[in-house]
Amino acid sequence: MKLFKQIAFASALTIAAFLDLATAHAHETKIGDIVISHPWSRQSPMAADVGAGFMVIENTGQQDDRLVRATATISDNVQLHDMKMVDDVMKMVELAGGIPIPAGAKVELKPGSLHVMFLELKAPVKEGETIAGTLIFEKAGTIEVEFEVGAPNAGMN
Amino acid sequence: MLKHLRAATLVSAVLLAALTAYAWFQRDALRDTVREAVSIGAPFRLASSRGGHVDSGDLAGQPYAIFFGFTNCPEVCPTTLYEMSNVLEKLGDAARDFRVFFVTVDPERDTVEKMKAYIASFDPRMEALVPTADQLPGLASAFRVYYAKVPTSDGGYTMDHTATVFLMGADGRFASTISYGEAPEMREAKLRKLLGQ
Repeated sequence: MKLFKQIAFASALTIAAFLDLATAHAHETKIGDIVISHPWSRQSPMAADVGAGFMVIENTGQQDDRLVRATATISDNVQLHDMKMVDDVMKMVELAGGIPIPAGAKVELKPGSLHVMFLELKAPVKEGETIAGTLIFEKAGTIEVEFEVGAPNAGMN
Repeated sequence: MLKHLRAATLVSAVLLAALTAYAWFQRDALRDTVREAVSIGAPFRLASSRGGHVDSGDLAGQPYAIFFGFTNCPEVCPTTLYEMSNVLEKLGDAARDFRVFFVTVDPERDTVEKMKAYIASFDPRMEALVPTADQLPGLASAFRVYYAKVPTSDGGYTMDHTATVFLMGADGRFASTISYGEAPEMREAKLRKLLGQ
């Protein structure tokens, strides 16, 4: 049983690693000057009511832009958050004004930092599935994205 | 003049060496003094995800880990729980009786039932504890844990909280901590040390 668990765990890690590799290159969408790379999420623990979405947003234009809002099919309550560690305290900040994407900048939404927060999940976020959603930019407009859901420990050391 | 300076340097060096040697030989006593000074933790009796209560008095002779969070936590709590699961898996039988407690700082939303379902995603040595609204402030302050509700635009709230894992020794006293984002090798080394290996 224990061996089985270990094998299952190792396999999950391997698959996750392959998914990471595959999606990091293939998974890119563009609207105007905004390029979205690899939108992803992690499987949430059972009974969790929240999940988080991550990606890299690049502004290839000359004009500053701003991610003002996001939506997702799995949640009617999607917020933009930042997270900071201050003296070992995790601090959550809701960015009601959105996330600035300055001209020429690459902004990474990642664990432990900026993220799209899915609250009051309607269904569990499961590994291997995708979450359909939209990102609404002040200037570039609305773009549809699919967050690929990785293993619960995707992107961890 | 130069001679005096040399003599003074020599004397300082000898004194420093003596002091270092003294500190080295007294290091256990020193460590105890430091541990007294930074007294972390207090006796507790909290509702458990396994049913009933966990009484810290019953943990005598048994090292354990304890940390604080909530289930509506997007990142830090699940990450910490998965990282602890991973290291427990790695330690295997060496940590057979080791217990890891995840205490909610959000008892308003995190009922025992909710915590039971949540913790089931992790290593079975993990156990969720739910303080009452009355127990929480005293418990958090004993562990030097900060927590606060942060209102969100939808009228709800999220929470700020200390993300540190506290390692408690077999003597029931604070031994060490694991910080959020600490390297896996450090986590493992600290747990091995705590388990006396």
